Amino acid sequence: MATDTAPEAAPATDETAPARARQQAPKPEGNVLNVFSQGFLWLWALMVIIPVAWIVLSSFKTTREIASNPLALPEAMHWANYVNAWTNGNIGGYFLNTVQVMVFSVAGTMLLGAMAAYVLARYEFPGNRVIYFGFAAGMMFPVFLALFPLFKTLQNVSLLNTYTGLVIVYIAYSLPFTVFFLTAFFRTLPTGVAEAAVVDGAGHYRLFFQVMLPMAKPGLIAITIFNVIGQWNQFLLPLVLLGRNPEDAMISQGLANLALRQGYEGDSGALFAGTVLAMIPIFIAYILFQRQIQAGLTAGAIK
Amino acid sequence: MKHGRYPFILSFLALPVGLYAWLVILPFAQAFQISLTDWSGSSNSFEYIGFDNYVNLFKDERLVLPALRHTGIILVVLPVVTIALGLFFAFMLNLGGRVRRGRIEGVRGARFHKIVYFFPQVLSVAIIGILWKQVYAPENFGGLITGALTAVGLPAPVNGFLADTRFVLAAVIGVLVWSAVGFYLVFFSSAMASIPRDLYEAAVIDGAGRGPMFFRITLPLLWDSVQTAWIYLSIVALDVFVLIYMMTPERGGPDAASEVVGGVIWKYAFNHGEQAFASALGVVLFFAALSLAVVSLRFGRRERIEF
Repeated sequence: MATDTAPEAAPATDETAPARARQQAPKPEGNVLNVFSQGFLWLWALMVIIPVAWIVLSSFKTTREIASNPLALPEAMHWANYVNAWTNGNIGGYFLNTVQVMVFSVAGTMLLGAMAAYVLARYEFPGNRVIYFGFAAGMMFPVFLALFPLFKTLQNVSLLNTYTGLVIVYIAYSLPFTVFFLTAFFRTLPTGVAEAAVVDGAGHYRLFFQVMLPMAKPGLIAITIFNVIGQWNQFLLPLVLLGRNPEDAMISQGLANLALRQGYEGDSGALFAGTVLAMIPIFIAYILFQRQIQAGLTAGAIK
Repeated sequence: MKHGRYPFILSFLALPVGLYAWLVILPFAQAFQISLTDWSGSSNSFEYIGFDNYVNLFKDERLVLPALRHTGIILVVLPVVTIALGLFFAFMLNLGGRVRRGRIEGVRGARFHKIVYFFPQVLSVAIIGILWKQVYAPENFGGLITGALTAVGLPAPVNGFLADTRFVLAAVIGVLVWSAVGFYLVFFSSAMASIPRDLYEAAVIDGAGRGPMFFRITLPLLWDSVQTAWIYLSIVALDVFVLIYMMTPERGGPDAASEVVGGVIWKYAFNHGEQAFASALGVVLFFAALSLAVVSLRFGRRERIEF
């Protein structure tokens, strides 16, 4: 860009400048617009960056500094906040809890979702449409409506306040979108390869696991990312179904508890340190995989 | 391949359909049933009372009516503002640059902007709640906006933005927009990328400015995406609660000024022990979501333009 500006600026002092300007009518407008659009784009970018950066800075301040000098830089790096958040706030524990649940819930969602979607997409049988729309309708249900009956259901089979219970609930509530998305994806896969495999003598199961699943990899990756982010950020389901033991909480829940405690104890430094700790893995994963994450999350919206 | 077809279908569907029916469909069906009773949720005795809960919903001036009003406001403001900003920023990123040799360029650093804008989308509501609660905090708790306003000599609400009935709802909607814009920027941006460039280049030759270009070319071709975005944001708007749970005083206050339908369902179900009443409100919410989707699909439909 720098190399382009010099030759463009030179003719402006020329006698022929007005003529040239008329000739390239859209150009000045483009330049004004460029400044204008950059301005607006930067304004919003700063609106995203500033609050996040400010919380990161605040996490290094003492609680007194946070209240009295919100706009100043930390006087000294107060690492004690991080020690507090890790030990008293149990952020590391919540983190491991969440990972422990999600290893099973995401794998289960993907396996069951892919199985159902594959059958719905590639096999004709009575009831196919009913099941498909049954899953699709689930995307519209407001989760509040089911919370209490769900609580009772898990209580009846003694799965309330257990990770097993949470895992199966996560799977069940992730299925509508997963099935909906993957059904569309399996439909787009070419039939030729499947037919060739059948000629070679592959059965239904081998066809699915050895031919169709590998071909569906891009769709599976996109929807896995979608489910990982969705389940990582779950708030209401663990709040209701995992309420009894605070130390078993998922990460979102644990942060909310920390925020509540901070209300009594007034240790906002530790709260912000805990928030930053919870943000770090997400941030790293986001920077590494941002292309896939953006594609995965928005692919869901494009039907 | 006919051989073993049905056993295979059954073996693949049994587990997902069974789990879904048991943990999703059945609880929702039960909620409909509960809404027609007087069940408190804790005892085992209840009677069917018909639609009394539904009638009483609209007499509850303390919580339900303000909640319906606020959810209604969010339902209008959130999609309009988010879609407008999303479209505006996406257009700027893709076509806001200079015209060079008859070609329109995107602005520089488009990739960077996309990364930054999208970031709130991957943050959990808990983190966003903690972050913005502090941004909106009163000055003596070190709030960012109140601190900045005072620093430049402007008046700021003494108790911060969230403890002030005038600002609390707008403050929450602001956070919702903040976290959603990036998603719709990326969404609209990928839709815009599929519009052929020569359409714009033809418009440049005809001397069209960016305004007409946006309204005559981009918007009509993006109509399907806008409609999808509208449905998604409407569902988000109806489900708003966790942010209010995290940020506002009394989880919907002060003085019910940020009470929303989801929050009222929560309060009646888990704090007041009025399960049947809460379920009735949930059913209303469900039908609201359903009719919104149907209406926007029906009336939003326009002739599809192939390109």
